[in-house]
Amino acid sequence: MKPQLPDGIVAIVKRECATCVMVDPLFAHIAANGAPLTVYTQDDPTFPASVAAVHDADLSVSWHYDIETVPTLLRIENGVEIDRTFGWSKDAWQKFTGIADLGADLPVMRPGCGSLSVDPNLEDELRVRFTSSTLHSRHVELASAEDEFESMFIRGWTDGLPVIPPTPERVLRMLTGTTRNPQDVVAIAPPNLVQLTVEKIAINAVMAGALPEYLPWIITALEAVCNDEFNMHGVLATTMPVGPVIICNGPGTQAIGMNSGVNVFGQGNRANLTIGRAVQLTIRNVGGGKPGEVDRATHGNPGKLSFCFAEDEAGSPFGTLAEERGIAPQQNAVTVFAGEGPRCVVDQAARTPEQLTNSFAACLRATHHPKSVLSFDAILVVSPDHSRVYAEAGWGRERLLSELHARLQIPGAELVRGALDMAEGLPPKFADRIVPKFKAGGILLAHAGGGAGLFSSVIGGWANGAMGSTPVTRPVLS
Amino acid sequence: MSAPILLDPTNESRPAQREQLARPASVKGLTVGLLDIVKARGDIYLNRLEELFVAEGAKVLRFRKPTFTKPAPPDLRHEISIQCNVVIEALAD
Repeated sequence: MKPQLPDGIVAIVKRECATCVMVDPLFAHIAANGAPLTVYTQDDPTFPASVAAVHDADLSVSWHYDIETVPTLLRIENGVEIDRTFGWSKDAWQKFTGIADLGADLPVMRPGCGSLSVDPNLEDELRVRFTSSTLHSRHVELASAEDEFESMFIRGWTDGLPVIPPTPERVLRMLTGTTRNPQDVVAIAPPNLVQLTVEKIAINAVMAGALPEYLPWIITALEAVCNDEFNMHGVLATTMPVGPVIICNGPGTQAIGMNSGVNVFGQGNRANLTIGRAVQLTIRNVGGGKPGEVDRATHGNPGKLSFCFAEDEAGSPFGTLAEERGIAPQQNAVTVFAGEGPRCVVDQAARTPEQLTNSFAACLRATHHPKSVLSFDAILVVSPDHSRVYAEAGWGRERLLSELHARLQIPGAELVRGALDMAEGLPPKFADRIVPKFKAGGILLAHAGGGAGLFSSVIGGWANGAMGSTPVTRPVLS
Repeated sequence: MSAPILLDPTNESRPAQREQLARPASVKGLTVGLLDIVKARGDIYLNRLEELFVAEGAKVLRFRKPTFTKPAPPDLRHEISIQCNVVIEALAD
């Protein structure tokens, strides 16, 4: 609970601070001439020497009044703070106290020192001391001889890799990444349809190895997958090898250090990997979606541990995926797509956009099965070396997509059951028709990868539309 | 060093334990619900089951999920529960 401060002037100091030591004699002056004065000392209860002080031993006053610098002077009226000044400024202190000659012989100004309540070595402990009541999750106390990492495996909390122990200190630090209340319900998590709170997400984000600044992205991605449109339940339950593919857009991707370049789908980038991992761990632990239970994937894919990347926006001739999907420019956003692992498209010879588009179309045609049509969407992730061909020819997103769709109008004779000596296929009545491989809007275009390499990538989707999953794009809010 | 305290990452709920109902000795006179989850060719399987149940003297009611990718809607589950003694859910591919 926030401590009540007495009316008058309240000073917060510590002996360790040279500026506080310098102003020590002034407190006697203020006490003798000004409003009632109360001095709180953070470290040494005998400091300051010039007046008696209250020891803020547990730093409760400093924490609750957001003291970042000592000395700080607060003016309290009727129990409410109405003014403050910090550090030493002769002018500011004279005005604050109404004593015209206060510290006349001191320098004009001296910066203060960091308050003990924001000491990086104490901050986690203090956050637990003063804010842990905001957490509602059950405390799991381990035996002293228990290996905490092994115990988390045994409890079934992991995705098969070790996780960071979600201590109250770490979870409260994670929660500093969002302005949302820990008990806010973000979504209803499938498959067990349980209320998913910010607190539970933060716990799983800690376990995934995420940093607090990733938390808004993780929350947004979970909001984006836990709804009827994306259908996370079905994405989990399907025997197909799909999971949520998370594509991040906006300047925030760079601010949190996401990778959109070299090895973009691979290992090595904390933000990419732990955002995707936190989403999957949350579905596992809170939603209850576990392999072999509701998750019935025949093969799955390694991206079900984490499949998250940022778009290379600066180098793209196509604009951004988020803007294409209705997000304002410069707005951070997350797009989720029910997708399998990436499949490489090699074309090291094409020098015209037509040639390269022919290659892309031929590879997209094979998504899931060369005779499968209209049931699945796909993401085409174009690399910088390939996108340069389009940039030089003046092709943008719309042109590339329309040229791709035009090349993916397939004669029904190739698609019907038995054609190409494959049983798979459409009913015979389609034999004389032209059938598109993808529905309108069924090819999503993203730009990522690098630095060099004349390769792009196709990420095949899952049952599309209302019968399966529709990609969802959401703005990331703090 | 004191033992660490971890915050539970799960939903902290336990699934309700439900006893399985006893298997009926005969389906004669019972209402059997056949739920088609609308996977390809599930109807072929269920048509054959319907023939067999009718021959055994059961009354058969047919139900369909809107899509196999999502759980059956609560209203559909309720309908089945009040109209049927037994239900069979078909998965086919």
